[in-house]
Amino acid sequence: MGAAVLKQQFESVLGGHLDWQSKPLRETVRTGIAEIDSATGGLPRGCLTEIFGPASSGRTSLLVSILAEATARQEVCALVDADDAFDPVSAAAAGVRLDKLIWVRARQNAEHALKAADLLIQGGGFGIVAMDLGDTPQSMARRISMTSWFRLRRAIEHTPTVLVTVARQSNAKTCASLMIECAREQAAWSGARGSSRLLRGIRVKGKCERPPGLPRFSWKAPV
Amino acid sequence: MIACLHGSGDLLTLALEFSPIVEPIPGGTVVLDVSGLDRMFGHPQDIAAAIMNRARERQSAIHIALASNADAAICAARGFSGVSVVPYGDEAKFLETLPVSMLAPSPQLQETLERWGIRRFHELAALPPLGIAERLGAEGLRLRELARGEVERKLVPVIDPLRFEDQIEPDYPIDLLEPLAFLLARLLNSLTTSLAARGLATDEIRLRLKLENRTTFERTLRLPVPSTDAKSFLKLWHLDLTAQPPQSPILHIWMAMRPVKPQAAQSGLFVLAAPEPVKLELTLARIKAIVGPDRVGSPELLNTHRPNAFRMVAAPSPSLATSQGSRLMLRLFRPPRTARVALAFGQPHFIAADGIRGKVTELAGPWRTSGDWWTHDPWSRDEWDIALSDGALYRLYCDPQGWFLDGSYD
Repeated sequence: MGAAVLKQQFESVLGGHLDWQSKPLRETVRTGIAEIDSATGGLPRGCLTEIFGPASSGRTSLLVSILAEATARQEVCALVDADDAFDPVSAAAAGVRLDKLIWVRARQNAEHALKAADLLIQGGGFGIVAMDLGDTPQSMARRISMTSWFRLRRAIEHTPTVLVTVARQSNAKTCASLMIECAREQAAWSGARGSSRLLRGIRVKGKCERPPGLPRFSWKAPV
Repeated sequence: MIACLHGSGDLLTLALEFSPIVEPIPGGTVVLDVSGLDRMFGHPQDIAAAIMNRARERQSAIHIALASNADAAICAARGFSGVSVVPYGDEAKFLETLPVSMLAPSPQLQETLERWGIRRFHELAALPPLGIAERLGAEGLRLRELARGEVERKLVPVIDPLRFEDQIEPDYPIDLLEPLAFLLARLLNSLTTSLAARGLATDEIRLRLKLENRTTFERTLRLPVPSTDAKSFLKLWHLDLTAQPPQSPILHIWMAMRPVKPQAAQSGLFVLAAPEPVKLELTLARIKAIVGPDRVGSPELLNTHRPNAFRMVAAPSPSLATSQGSRLMLRLFRPPRTARVALAFGQPHFIAADGIRGKVTELAGPWRTSGDWWTHDPWSRDEWDIALSDGALYRLYCDPQGWFLDGSYD
């Protein structure tokens, strides 16, 4: 009995044409920034998402917003902080539940950060595993081989965890399912020059390098 | 079926080897419930023989009696030597030759019974109960029931102190981790099996090693949730002892586990998955071995306005917070980067620090903050938010030690 006959019989039993070829849509999680969520549909679970851009381009604000959303959903998150740059005070003010966050401070060592992220993913059960290489020099970040990124991507597959990396430039390349490039648009200051002024926030513009075809977006990160 | 052991030695421990329901009686006697042991040993004589063999191994000299009730067993064990099995329904006949003094009556009652010529159990048992009640009261009636072997009562079992400890003295000093791991695995398996047999788990394991240099090496492993997973415990000990090895070969190993009730968790369809606690502990222990023991955990904010004030905690305390949308975050430089600052009209004009250099295009400040002036460790500083010519935003501060870049806004 041929496969076509079997398929026809199945369809007749189940009542109608079935889509046998396409894969089910991946579950996504919100970032907490409506503009990004509407443009990308959220961060896919079981995938690597890469956020990159220069200093003061809103990368950390986006990462902390993702962590705040996840911890508000009662998910346990892990942050591997290669540069020891995480500020728990401002993260708590941004809504991150610190009791749901495991923070690994990797002493400016990208290799240690990579090992720690790998162990956390293998351990399982996390909603978000984030690796922050935001201040890591580009020369050091580039030393992480593509094999390591492929290994991370393979480890995260078929898990409900979202792996997020933050860096100055894209490192994971094709291993990332979603690549968000951030760029600083302008900083907002209140008050006139020479008098009492306040930094009010920054406006960030972003685009998705992968998957192609997603619309550009911008959002404001207030202080 | 009740057994009674009478003699010398540690009878309580001996009895606990055969039954969890054991009542110690003053005067070197222990009563234990041996119901169900017939499935293991067979007839009552075989149960008694097994207990007697174990007593011989422990070098205890004992007399054993088995009966349908505790008091008949006590009388038989105290009155007859060796093994006695009191037949059910014939207790009065079996005990008839024993002296009444064995029932420990009060001196007045003893004297009365002596005057009546009542010296043996069968003589007391033969007296009419109504007459005894009229002449000797409640105590007399109780003695008569004891003499007839008719008293039915529940045992008052001793509470087992539940110590989960074990030790090994190796034949030769151990100086490598691998052979030590084998011995630790033996201890862990035996202790976790004992815990599991009683429906318990542990959240704290203590290890004490006697070393060749006459010192003692002690470590304690604390777990976030109770568990009996011996394999995970062994891995945790392996990581712990690799990070903090003993300074000399090991002569003696002692391990103890604190017994606690296992944690019961109800899973649900809509409950999000979380890391399995013991597995998470193992993962964190492995990461600690890579990045350092004080650099992994959950951050907990301190009750102060001092900048960057937090501490790392292993077991985080719950806090309430809600997501508040995107906010501009500060990436801290730890330690803060020393900066050379050129001033113009009292405000920063040009900044040079490690990896950062540029003209200040925008700034806000200074904002003066201070605190803890009432302690030995006060702090005060003037802060600026600055934008450099490359467009990046930084927090700059000046304190008595000089100028520093605290971090960048990102």
